Amino acid sequence: MEAAPAIHPATGKGSMTVPGLGRSLKSEEMIINMGPQHPSTHGVLRLELIVDGEVVVDVIPHIGYLHRCFEKHAEHMTNYQQVIPYCDRMDYVAAMNNDLGYAIACEKLLKIKVPDRVEYIRVIMAELQRIASHLIAIGTYGLDIGAFTPFLYCFRDRERILDIFEQTCGARLLYNYIWIGGLSHDIPPTFVEKVKDFCRIFRPNIKELNDLLSYNKIFIERTANVGVLPAEVGINYGASGPILRGSGVAWDLRKNDPYSIYDRFDFEIPTGKGLMGTVGDCWDRYMVRVHEMEQSLNIIEQAVDRIPAGDVQSAVPKRIRPDASEVYVRSETPKGEIGYYIVADGTTSPFRVKVRPPCFVNLSVLPAMSRGAMIADVVAILGSIDIVLGEVDR
Amino acid sequence: MKEFLLNLLHNEIIVYSLMAFVPLAWVVPFALFAVWWERKISAHMQDRLGPMRTGGWHGWAQTIADILKLIQKEDIIPTAADKTLFKLAPFVVFVGSYAAYAAIPFSAAYIGSEINIGLFYVIAISSLVVVGLLMAGWASNNKWSLFGALRSAAQIVSYEIPVALSLLTVVMVTGTFDLQAINRAQTGYFWHWLVFQNPFLFIAAIIYFVASLAEVNRTPFDLPEAESELVGGYHTEYGGMRFALLFLAEYANMFAVSAIASTAFFGGWNSPFGDFLSGPLWGAFWFISKGMVFIFVQMWLRWTLPRLRVDQLMYVGWKVLIPFSFVLVVGVGFWVMIFR
Amino acid sequence: MIPQEISDKLKNKFGDAILESKTDGVIDPFIKVAPGKIEEIALFLRDSEDTLFDSLMCLSGIDYTKGKLGVVYHLHSMKWNHKIVLKVDVSVEDPHCQSVQSVWKTANWHEREAYDLFGIIFDGHPDLRRILLPDDWEGHPLRKDYQVPEYYNGMKVPY
Repeated sequence: MEAAPAIHPATGKGSMTVPGLGRSLKSEEMIINMGPQHPSTHGVLRLELIVDGEVVVDVIPHIGYLHRCFEKHAEHMTNYQQVIPYCDRMDYVAAMNNDLGYAIACEKLLKIKVPDRVEYIRVIMAELQRIASHLIAIGTYGLDIGAFTPFLYCFRDRERILDIFEQTCGARLLYNYIWIGGLSHDIPPTFVEKVKDFCRIFRPNIKELNDLLSYNKIFIERTANVGVLPAEVGINYGASGPILRGSGVAWDLRKNDPYSIYDRFDFEIPTGKGLMGTVGDCWDRYMVRVHEMEQSLNIIEQAVDRIPAGDVQSAVPKRIRPDASEVYVRSETPKGEIGYYIVADGTTSPFRVKVRPPCFVNLSVLPAMSRGAMIADVVAILGSIDIVLGEVDR
Repeated sequence: MKEFLLNLLHNEIIVYSLMAFVPLAWVVPFALFAVWWERKISAHMQDRLGPMRTGGWHGWAQTIADILKLIQKEDIIPTAADKTLFKLAPFVVFVGSYAAYAAIPFSAAYIGSEINIGLFYVIAISSLVVVGLLMAGWASNNKWSLFGALRSAAQIVSYEIPVALSLLTVVMVTGTFDLQAINRAQTGYFWHWLVFQNPFLFIAAIIYFVASLAEVNRTPFDLPEAESELVGGYHTEYGGMRFALLFLAEYANMFAVSAIASTAFFGGWNSPFGDFLSGPLWGAFWFISKGMVFIFVQMWLRWTLPRLRVDQLMYVGWKVLIPFSFVLVVGVGFWVMIFR
Repeated sequence: MIPQEISDKLKNKFGDAILESKTDGVIDPFIKVAPGKIEEIALFLRDSEDTLFDSLMCLSGIDYTKGKLGVVYHLHSMKWNHKIVLKVDVSVEDPHCQSVQSVWKTANWHEREAYDLFGIIFDGHPDLRRILLPDDWEGHPLRKDYQVPEYYNGMKVPY
């Protein structure tokens, strides 16, 4: 059962004919299940791999193991605010960004304008959450590749962010913090100082992470030239977020379709440039996340000094009864572009809430990226897409 | 030690059994210690503490507690597994690593069996491990275990060649396969050790160490047991004491290759300070310390480096290490010819 | 291009396949289209130079009650940075709609989801099967008149 003689599509090495036999061997293809329980599938995802030795001929993802009927629940809520805890639980590692998208969509529906203080705090929370989510992505990606140590370093830094969140709203993972029209709690007095401390401590840690993992020769060999996603294929598949930016497309909703007050801050959009291999390979996607963490630090440092005074609950409506209308709003979560399509019918509960999750769409590109790769590469590619099954399945 | 025991007991069978028991008396406590040590090293490298409570001081009794737990576990064998092979595989793996201890001298006074093809025997018998791994992977009736076993077979067999070639350079310089004789050839101060005798031997030591990492399935070559892809590779389906035996075999193997590295290149049981602190018991001390240094480096590498993919691993073995080893063999040959 | 221009352009090309278009008074202007023509219209919108809708942001199913289902397409152009919404209405008795997965590959999974949750059948889809629910689930949950089944494979469903 050795791998049949074949030309490896990524490296071009090998030969089709068997020496002495004069023709190529036929080999059985095998179906392997990277089942719902697997250390590397980042949740309950079943990948059916059709392999020919070690080379993957096709990947068929099976999702739905974590389907919790978010959209049906949303229709039965008696209040638009009650949907927010459900939004948290979709992408549970980046809950703030999910809430933000939903809150902005509802505010557009209700034509509410939130005070500046709320906007600034929302931006800081969203960016801190972006760093926290990218830390998980980077840490677990290192773990998939086999480097055990960066995982713990990333989690150590993530703990600091979660401490800040816990001080503000009492929760570490699922916050129910960003409400329609405002926030659930105002920031504590030590918030600004703690955030500045975090920024000061975290910047050198990014450099440490780069020394340990990003520029490690073995890591580069495992991820460069693996799982290349051409830009047009990515756009056609609807990919967004770091995986599209890794393919060189400078598209970030915070700059190209600004929402909230992102147009008041000065930051860059990192894109993949193919420094270690081809544009759009796993290394590029990974490095985009590392650079995005730095850019988020820039935004946080600019925002935290300028939080205006005010009341975070002043614009929270007592009764949410929008007119019969509908709206589609999208925002940039750490995983990509999340879209909320909300249809209101004039009552206090939503008629239809449809979420367009970034991970769901990004996962659909996996088969196109992994044909011809090896099994170990499938793990690397899946890790570089950075999915959270809560969001894929809702 | 053999003569001493023969004079005491006058019964060859008992004496030889006792001699064979000595490495076991070393390997089992060593494995207990090494597991604890690995957990502490990995913890401190990862900015955490590791076991702290079991037994009091830094959780020294953690492994003992784990073994007690594993002994109590239910023995689960998958229904469709090949029962005989499944039960036999851990023993074959352990025997493969343990049999190598027969020819490794722990000190000037103790060697299990002083055969004059010692090094050759050690390399050959430790290949038995491959058979055991393949048995484990196949008998588990699990596609992932099978993958792990296949990868490990390919890896170990490929890396036997740089191992053998780099040890061949040692044989060329000392003129003998017998490990005790190789040790005696390095008596003196630490600059008499073979690793410092000529630059080719220095590189041979490095190549041997890297290739031996592949022999024991340690990161960066731990694809056969790649936790993040194959769950556990060939030992996925093993639980309880069978798993403990496979684990013990892995640590025994680690020490065996470290022991060979220290014997062949770093002076074995010789003291680095000449006559100071040397003698039969001091010899054992030096030998074990040098082995532990290599074990530490192996653990250090495991927690620092990511793992290589299987084709990259084969590339490193066949296209990098083997050509270099050939160059080294030729180079050492010329050196010996010119400088003797 | 502003939505009114897009609507005019479509009306010129496709005539009465364009059933309705509402470009002011709503937050998101939309154009209602016949279900049998949606693929052609989608291809036209994707490929013609001044619209260039190369990205399908979202494809949602929706149950309007009173025997009417719908599919809503949110399109976006990366080059011109404009958006438009297309809507298709189908009836519960004959819930067929053309598939646009040949135009935008992302529609593949979105249409599977709409089929799974609403029962809208997309003609021309290469692999239309359930995506979120188990393959042998009965019923389409997001419809307003959906009754939760008592048992599924011997397990009691209402908790």
